[in-house]
Amino acid sequence: MSAPSILPLAVADLAFAVRGETLLEGVSFRLEAGSRTIVLGPNGAGKSLLLRLCHGLLAPTRGRVEWAAPDPARRQAMVFQRPVLLRRSALANVTYALAARGVSWRRRRAQGLEALARAGLVDLADRPARVLSGGEQQRLALARAWALTPELLFLDEPTASLDPGATRAVEHLIAAIAADGTKIVMTTHDLGQARRLADEVLFLDRGRLVERAPADRFFAAPASPAAQAFLKGDLPW
Amino acid sequence: MNEIVDSFGLALGMVLRLDAALVEIVLLSLKVSLLAVALAALIGLPLGAALALARFPGRHALIVLVNAAMGLPPVVVGLVVYLMLSRSGPLGVMGLLFTPTAMIVAQMILVTPIVAALTRQGCEDLWAEYAEQLRSLGVGGVRAAATVLWDGRLALVTALLAGFGRASAEVGAVMIVGGNIDHVTRVMTTAIALETSKGDLALALGLGLVLLALSLLVNGGAQLVKEAMAER
Repeated sequence: MSAPSILPLAVADLAFAVRGETLLEGVSFRLEAGSRTIVLGPNGAGKSLLLRLCHGLLAPTRGRVEWAAPDPARRQAMVFQRPVLLRRSALANVTYALAARGVSWRRRRAQGLEALARAGLVDLADRPARVLSGGEQQRLALARAWALTPELLFLDEPTASLDPGATRAVEHLIAAIAADGTKIVMTTHDLGQARRLADEVLFLDRGRLVERAPADRFFAAPASPAAQAFLKGDLPW
Repeated sequence: MNEIVDSFGLALGMVLRLDAALVEIVLLSLKVSLLAVALAALIGLPLGAALALARFPGRHALIVLVNAAMGLPPVVVGLVVYLMLSRSGPLGVMGLLFTPTAMIVAQMILVTPIVAALTRQGCEDLWAEYAEQLRSLGVGGVRAAATVLWDGRLALVTALLAGFGRASAEVGAVMIVGGNIDHVTRVMTTAIALETSKGDLALALGLGLVLLALSLLVNGGAQLVKEAMAER
């Protein structure tokens, strides 16, 4: 990429409240390019919310999300827990996204097929996206995001509703996207998955960033009581 | 009882040998209603999509208004169009009263709210699902509306069908603004009303049969279209 990178991402004193209820409070961190960052925490900790704020889908009540280069929205992507697929063919789902990013129609088909091939979906290119299996749908959503060659990819519980086989396929794809140079920021509540994929962990609890550590250290010796309880499977509430 | 059976036989004969008077009336009916639906689609589809996607003050009031307008009484619409187009009305100089054009306009007014309201419903459900993803892709405005319209095309077929059903079945509006003039503005519904009161039950029944068959045909055809599209 010739243009300067949008990374690192600097989040400063981020807060979000709805109708007086604070859901996220005083979150600050910096995300560097390269490593795979996993956001962990119990349900309701604000993991998905944090991703949406960083991605710009929601405006924070307070605080800032700062990127290192202008026009960051076009250089990042997000994949949701339940893949949102258009009622079109698998290939058309990818070419639609390419068109939205201004790729000329002549190059869309080739780029779309290439993206499908990388996700192992090229045989399904002409199938309606909505009749694909859950795992195929999520891989298609990932392929669509990857086709945009984002510098950073947000993933919100991408395997939450998948069986183990499909989960493994999705994890392989995520690893491939990361190896291709895309920064991964992903939430999960699957600790095994976090161990497999994480380079570093951001641990959220009740709307606050409680701990941040390299993955091996986090899983071996979490510093905060909340993370210790979470890893032991205790219910602290 | 005999009279009914005889009329039915006569009616069937007229339909089967494509009686000229009958065909003329059927063709005019189709032309008026299809054009009315086409024009209503031009207005109603974008309006419905806009109501589904856009957020602006007064949106809820407008949605209530459009929904309520689905039930506009045809005679009232006919009366209003009549007043607009009559000699002394604001559009009187155009000389459109008692022409097929006036009938098309009246039916278009009846059908537009139906198309708009049903389009809004279909698009709104889809938008609830798509909104975040499209924003993430940087898609908004007209492009988002076009996406939702295209992806909701199954619902739109139903909306247009409902509109066509409304247009082809109504009597009041076309009667008032068309005048039921033989060879000029006589359509199936107005002809049925007239022939029934004249006692020419054969033609009335024949037209009734055609109207029913047409409605079946259109709905059946639309079902096939929907099934074909659903597989894509």
